[in-house]
Amino acid sequence: MTDLVFENVRLIDPVDGHDAPSRLLVREGRLAGRDKPGAEGMPEGAQRIDGKGAVLCPGLVDMRVAIGEPGFEYRETIASCARAAVSGGVTTLAALPNSKPAIDEPALVRLLRGRGEETGLVSILPYGALTKGCKGEEMAELGMLREAGAVAFTDGIHAIADTKRMRLLLAYARGIDALVVQHPEDPSLAKGGAATAGALATRMGLPQIPAAAEAILIARDIRLAEMTGARLHFGHVSTGEGLALIRQAKARGLAITCDTAPPYFALNEEAIGEFRTYAKLSPPLRAEKDRLAVCAALADGTIDAIASDHAPWDADDKRLPFAQASAGGTGLTTLLGVGLSLVQDGVLPLARLIALMSCDPARLLGSEAGTLNEGASADLCLFDPDIDWVVEAGEQPGRAQNTPFDGRRLKGRVLGTWKNGQRVFGGEAA
Amino acid sequence: MAETLTRRHHLLGLEGMSTEEITPYLDLAANYALLSRSRTAPRDALRGRTVINMFFEDSTRTRTSFELAGKRLGADVINMTVATSSVNKGETLLDTAATLNAMRCDLLVVRHAASGAPALLAQKVEASVVNAGDGMHEHPTQALLDALTIKRHLGTLNGLTVAICGDVGHSRVARSNIHLLTAMGSKVRLVGPPTLVPAAMASLGSVSIHHDMESGLRDADVVMTLRLQRERMGAGLVPSAREFFRFYGVDSRRLALAKPGALVMHPGPMNRGVEIASDVADSAQSVIQEQVEMGVAVRMAVLDRLSRMRTAS
Repeated sequence: MTDLVFENVRLIDPVDGHDAPSRLLVREGRLAGRDKPGAEGMPEGAQRIDGKGAVLCPGLVDMRVAIGEPGFEYRETIASCARAAVSGGVTTLAALPNSKPAIDEPALVRLLRGRGEETGLVSILPYGALTKGCKGEEMAELGMLREAGAVAFTDGIHAIADTKRMRLLLAYARGIDALVVQHPEDPSLAKGGAATAGALATRMGLPQIPAAAEAILIARDIRLAEMTGARLHFGHVSTGEGLALIRQAKARGLAITCDTAPPYFALNEEAIGEFRTYAKLSPPLRAEKDRLAVCAALADGTIDAIASDHAPWDADDKRLPFAQASAGGTGLTTLLGVGLSLVQDGVLPLARLIALMSCDPARLLGSEAGTLNEGASADLCLFDPDIDWVVEAGEQPGRAQNTPFDGRRLKGRVLGTWKNGQRVFGGEAA
Repeated sequence: MAETLTRRHHLLGLEGMSTEEITPYLDLAANYALLSRSRTAPRDALRGRTVINMFFEDSTRTRTSFELAGKRLGADVINMTVATSSVNKGETLLDTAATLNAMRCDLLVVRHAASGAPALLAQKVEASVVNAGDGMHEHPTQALLDALTIKRHLGTLNGLTVAICGDVGHSRVARSNIHLLTAMGSKVRLVGPPTLVPAAMASLGSVSIHHDMESGLRDADVVMTLRLQRERMGAGLVPSAREFFRFYGVDSRRLALAKPGALVMHPGPMNRGVEIASDVADSAQSVIQEQVEMGVAVRMAVLDRLSRMRTAS
């Protein structure tokens, strides 16, 4: 295996906030330390990679990805998902368990991990189902799933509706110190809804989901987490009210964490105008005040991670009347590009943005990925924060094309991605 | 949104339309109403044109009204009723669009249970699309025929107070009427319980919301009632038909609060004794039958106008 030396790069190590021109050494597919630009000690036979001033950071860790395989390969396979991931600088992704079958068997957890390694592009961290079949009823074998390599437990796109059941799940998870991830939306308020409640959905005549559906479930579950002492994480939080509750819970010292996804800080409900189904997401895109609240919660640290919330759908799942179309959008390819808008808008410093998409979610999931620590796998992302490009549905890497950012101009593009020291995207990638 | 809702000569909705855009439809329809009564309408305005009525939802009266309108103008009119069981399959709608293109249809009239379905079809078909009611979104020809009926009796829409009563929240008729009436200078009141008239309805324009019939109907020029679907009871929005009638039904006692001679309207079909008392529906103030007549005239005007704009472009 060829050793690598990255030179002429702005190196960002999100663990210690290092952000300076540096060299980075890779030996035998592992990180071998950083030093000042122009330092001595070029390893013999190493390949020199000139970053031309671009940013080098750990390969991104995406903690919320729906894949499609097993069960929905017509939408996306693991292989096509991995291609989309590396095009966005993502080298580790946590896969939601609501596939078909659901990931509620230890063998399926091992299968997903193995299939990730087979791609040679990404590592897959499987979520285990919280309940059998992700049906919200019988508890899944959390302990055995964890032994098989499940990093946390969730029913994916469904909240646990029954309060007592949620309490028992949290209590049991507490016993094995497992992280529970909840889709924060009161199911009965959300049932049949297609857009966030308000003037726009009223005008369009669409069935509505009140923003309070999120806060109501978050309030309930924070209280249950407090009763049980469990570690609880809310995925894709999208409202100011929900975030305020999480902020308070953190201030009280509870083990509550959350993530959000780029659509919730870069788009608002107006994106669904004229019945654009690619912008139909779950939770639905919210009002502008909620988008601003998500930005504020990113800035003040209430939000612990940014995940793509990648949800692949086939064109036929989307070319339907709005209320009948499937909810969800792709996000792997655009994760970094849209995320960089937070830096351009002064919401976050660059090193903090990278942390939210690498070491911070990895830590939540008990993974060592997302750092530049010596000895870690050389998973790296090289990007130019100044390149403009336009997102085009139909031209995205991977099979699924249902991006809510279709037509949007982004500033910042991935130039190269390395997995275990091998270039897997950009340049002379295999 | 107005520009896109009318682009390529479709009539998908009235939202955003100005007085100047609405008035030509009403003027032409008024003309057709006269000609229809004297049975001297030129029967060749749409000769050689094909109108397809595509109803994904049952509606005998609206379909018949469009059919008659097309036939009175000499068009070849074909009715397609699509089985509701296949509506949710998805391919149906776009496959249908491809089929229609192959048939070289000129005007496509669409009724669908999902908001935005006619807009989706309009993207894919070469015909001009007329929205004959989509989900809770819009029902533009109903609002136009309501406006024409009001104008015939009261001369103008400007300055009138119109009370729209009942299941406003789920109503495409109400939405189209709100857009049209506010554009034409009427004052619109939405009257009903908060479960049927949610606060967000106030965002639809300069409308006022009333949760009691007394304040809602007082001094109104027009009292428009809407059909209350039985399923609203099952969904827990109102407890029963008799309680609804007791508190929100239009009866002669409440109608007396409105201006003397105020018009009583209903888009049909009526539930007598639920949203409207029988004696009110049959009273001299009721213009419900005339609404049906104006429906044909308005649809003639819409088909004719869209067809001519098509030819011109």
